[in-house]
Amino acid sequence: MTAETLPDRRRPVVAGAVREALGLPSAVLVASYVGFGSLVRESGLGLPVALASTATGWALPGQMALVELYSVGSTLLAISLAVALTNTRLMPMVVTIMPLLGRGGPPRWWHYALAHVVAVTSWANGMRRLPDLPPGERLAWFAGYSATLWVVTLGGTAAGFFLAGMVPHPVTLGLVFLNPLYFLLLFAGDLRDRARVCALALGAVLGPALHLIVPSYGLLITGVVAGTLAFLVDRWWPAREAKRG
Amino acid sequence: MADAWGSEAGIWAALAAAAVVTYVPRALGVALSGRIDPNGAVFRWVGCVAYALLAGLIARMILLPVGPLQATGFAERTLAVAAALAAFCLVRRSVPVGVTVGTVVLILLSSGGRLF
Repeated sequence: MTAETLPDRRRPVVAGAVREALGLPSAVLVASYVGFGSLVRESGLGLPVALASTATGWALPGQMALVELYSVGSTLLAISLAVALTNTRLMPMVVTIMPLLGRGGPPRWWHYALAHVVAVTSWANGMRRLPDLPPGERLAWFAGYSATLWVVTLGGTAAGFFLAGMVPHPVTLGLVFLNPLYFLLLFAGDLRDRARVCALALGAVLGPALHLIVPSYGLLITGVVAGTLAFLVDRWWPAREAKRG
Repeated sequence: MADAWGSEAGIWAALAAAAVVTYVPRALGVALSGRIDPNGAVFRWVGCVAYALLAGLIARMILLPVGPLQATGFAERTLAVAAALAAFCLVRRSVPVGVTVGTVVLILLSSGGRLF
């Protein structure tokens, strides 16, 4: 998709979206994908693997689960199920953002193409910005915005991969440590939803414990058991309070 | 550890499977958009499972690392996490600040101060 193939009126929209994407959102994504690139290299895998994962996955939690589970020798089935469970959360995100892109106008396949670049950053900023734009400009804006982020993450992945081989070993360890640290702080900054807090707490306890017992399927069991428990606790709680009141 | 299944094909098979199970929910999201409630009970459960799984992975990577982080000590990692959380809380709940402080602390501790 180049600017030349777009009708004239959409060029400034795409250019504006690219500029917005290149600010803080790109800086944060580059840093987190530098961590991922380093993780891939330090796990003994190659640059093609790192780039292919970022290009086709484009959702860091699933990518981290893939590399980590592969490193502990999980089966193909266990890896697929864990990545699937991690990324099913993308479905409700796509469901909520698609109506904002406007129906009827652009060919349907555009929506299927753009669904691939719906991830936390593009989704959150899209949900914030799209409603303010004229319906005719929304698809062009989101395409420009998320395509920019997609390219930026590929650059970050490659940079992390090369950095890990160039800097002193303790710095490489720091880059790999970026992976869990980044998500830990993202979670720490968003603890308003009770079900989510329960899921995080139970998962953090069960994850390491089950890893010691069943390394290959521990993560999968953690997700299903801790997630279901958190979901049930959250449903049961208001019912009990209502009975009391 | 370099190749758990003893062949290059292993990681590519895993990657292909991961790509499929990552794109399928995105495509389904387009197909089902407007027809299902994204705030319904099923998606609440899906969200809980994803968060629990990710929390389990993060905790395991910090407490029981399998790869390169095994070269760092348990105390070094927990101190780095504590420093990151402290910086995060002190500086406007800033993720970039917290991540930077935590990473630098881990680098300093694991290099034994000889790096700089």
